[in-house]
Amino acid sequence: MNILVCVSNVPDTTTKVKFSGTQLETEGVQWIVNPWDELAITRALELKESGAGVDKITIATVGLVGTETTIRKGLAMGADDAFRVDADPTDAFFTATQLAEVIKAGSYDLIMTGFESADYNGISVGGMLSEILGYPSVGAVSAVNIVDGKLQIDREIDGGKEVLSVQTPVVASVQKGIAIDPRIPAMRGIMMARRKPLTVMPAVEVEVYTEVVEIELPEAKSAVKMFDAEDIQGLVNALKNEANVI
Amino acid sequence: MSVLVYLENWDGKFKKVSFELLSYGKKIAEDMGVPMFALSLGKVDASELETLKTYGPEKIFVNDNGFDSLDNEMYASAISQAAEKEDATLVVFSQDNVGNALAGRVAVRLKAGLVSAVSAIPISYDPFIIKKKVYTNKVFGHVKVNTAKKILSLSKNTFEIIENAAAGVVEELALDHAEPKTKVESTDKVTGKLLLTDAELVVSAGRGMKGPENWGMIEELAETLGAATACSRPCSDEGWRPHTEHVGQTGKIIAPNLYIAIGISGAIQHIGGISNSKCIVAINKDPDAPIFEAADYGIVGDAFKVIPELNEALKNA
Ligand SMILES: Cc1cc2nc3c(=O)[nH]c(=O)nc-3n(C[C@H](O)[C@H](O)[C@H](O)COP(=O)(O)OP(=O)(O)OC[C@H]3O[C@@H](n4cnc5c(N)ncnc54)[C@H](O)[C@@H]3O)c2cc1C
Ligand SMILES: Nc1ncnc2c1ncn2[C@@H]1O[C@H](COP(=O)(O)O)[C@@H](O)[C@H]1O
Repeated sequence: MNILVCVSNVPDTTTKVKFSGTQLETEGVQWIVNPWDELAITRALELKESGAGVDKITIATVGLVGTETTIRKGLAMGADDAFRVDADPTDAFFTATQLAEVIKAGSYDLIMTGFESADYNGISVGGMLSEILGYPSVGAVSAVNIVDGKLQIDREIDGGKEVLSVQTPVVASVQKGIAIDPRIPAMRGIMMARRKPLTVMPAVEVEVYTEVVEIELPEAKSAVKMFDAEDIQGLVNALKNEANVI
Repeated sequence: MSVLVYLENWDGKFKKVSFELLSYGKKIAEDMGVPMFALSLGKVDASELETLKTYGPEKIFVNDNGFDSLDNEMYASAISQAAEKEDATLVVFSQDNVGNALAGRVAVRLKAGLVSAVSAIPISYDPFIIKKKVYTNKVFGHVKVNTAKKILSLSKNTFEIIENAAAGVVEELALDHAEPKTKVESTDKVTGKLLLTDAELVVSAGRGMKGPENWGMIEELAETLGAATACSRPCSDEGWRPHTEHVGQTGKIIAPNLYIAIGISGAIQHIGGISNSKCIVAINKDPDAPIFEAADYGIVGDAFKVIPELNEALKNA
């Protein structure tokens, strides 16, 4: 079984973001593998190492050359090879279309995306990708297992989960639960990653469906109103009469 | 032209979020001067469909043939067929597990631009520009949608429910059926418990509670309020609390009317999951805890003393 993980290159989530126009100011920004994608790679590695029948783990990223550091991190974690589509991923449909080209050129049974990326928080690419490819998809995936050579996928539902059997190839958009802690690359992995194949592909042309035209800073929140620990009643009154929430 | 709202049902019932979606769809439909239609797939009682009429759909399309568990491809196909039948220029989903799984697929089918997790009506219709939070809730992006058809997913608990009755004729939707390629083999869920994602009031606690044995007072407070319970990530990682309670960037993202954070420091990853709450109350013994920057009301004090007193005061409120 071959697994492809879609990896988005995003600013570290604790970054204090600054913009000039709609452009993120990249100075001082630490770039990371989108946390969900990192967990997806981790789960793929666990499956491969468990001897469940995973042959190869491939990474695909749509991004400019600067994203190669992040891609190499994924390779250092233990993925086998990678593709980078050389373009700025400004819109989810654009990104999904490029990823679909990578996938069509190879042969994968399981494609994993995160449920959302920490930049545009689009929650879009996974669903779009599966539809472009005409593959089945499962969202809110909290576990992926291989049982007797077949994929078994857990999906979170309100108050619990469902266990699904799926036809492959399939796109799984993963979230909490898929793996616990992300795999930390070891020195050996980092050395080996340098020699692993990273293929650069040109982008195909796509109509621009959506674009960010302006960035607006949230209104400064009004200061917190403090109550003395002896004045619990004051808080209760405020919740009742001022905030009207109880 | 029309607005189509896709309504999920939960074991045959609609929740508050369905009425929120209809209220939102209706407002946009009125602004655009077009009718709103609703679509419900799967088995729903007639009396439940009746409740939808209060919120303004001209027609409610239904089909329960084979829609007893979610197959994204099959559902997306059905929704797209409904959209095409009524020439929908805008399709609205709920931003939750189901909406997230379907919106992208329908967007591709309809060649429509998708903006997810919106919380207000568009800034303008021509050009179509709508606001959404980006960079894990740190800033807003104004997203311009260039396509003729558009898809939005609405964050929960962000739009006021407005009664606005319309004809609400229930009509069977004729569909070309596809065979599902995914199959639910088993289901494991609790019922009858207030779900965190649905709760309007949430009592949440963190490592300041010292250990799982101290959660009794948190649960009592939640019970007094009729609130759901939540926790910070370390508490679920340590097994103090179930994983379903973990809120934050890597857990659940919630937007209740009231979020009470007890013994939670307020790390940015935690705030990312709760910042859309209408009112945040922080109780922490450290006056410099970052949670106070996110909070509307705060008390500096020892949780073990404050919580029982707060519980008593709320019982009498
Ligand atoms: C990639 C990543 C993702 C993460 N995602 C999440 C996430 O989704 N959700 C999340 O919550 N965290 C997340 N975290 C962890 C986050 O950074 C913090 O470590 C975590 O939120 C801290 O939990 P806490 O506030 O319960 O504990 P602490 O930070 O230890 O805070 C405990 C607080 O309790 C107070 N306290 C102690 N005793 C008392 C008392 N008797 N009375 C009152 N107050 C008391 C202390 O003053 C302190 O402020 C993530 C971290 C990373 C790196
Ligand atoms: N530029 C990209 N390159 C590769 N994968 C991406 C890219 N952007 C998003 N994805 C994938 O799609 C998921 C959801 O992202 P989004 O729809 O942007 O919130 C991410 O977790 C990635 O798996």
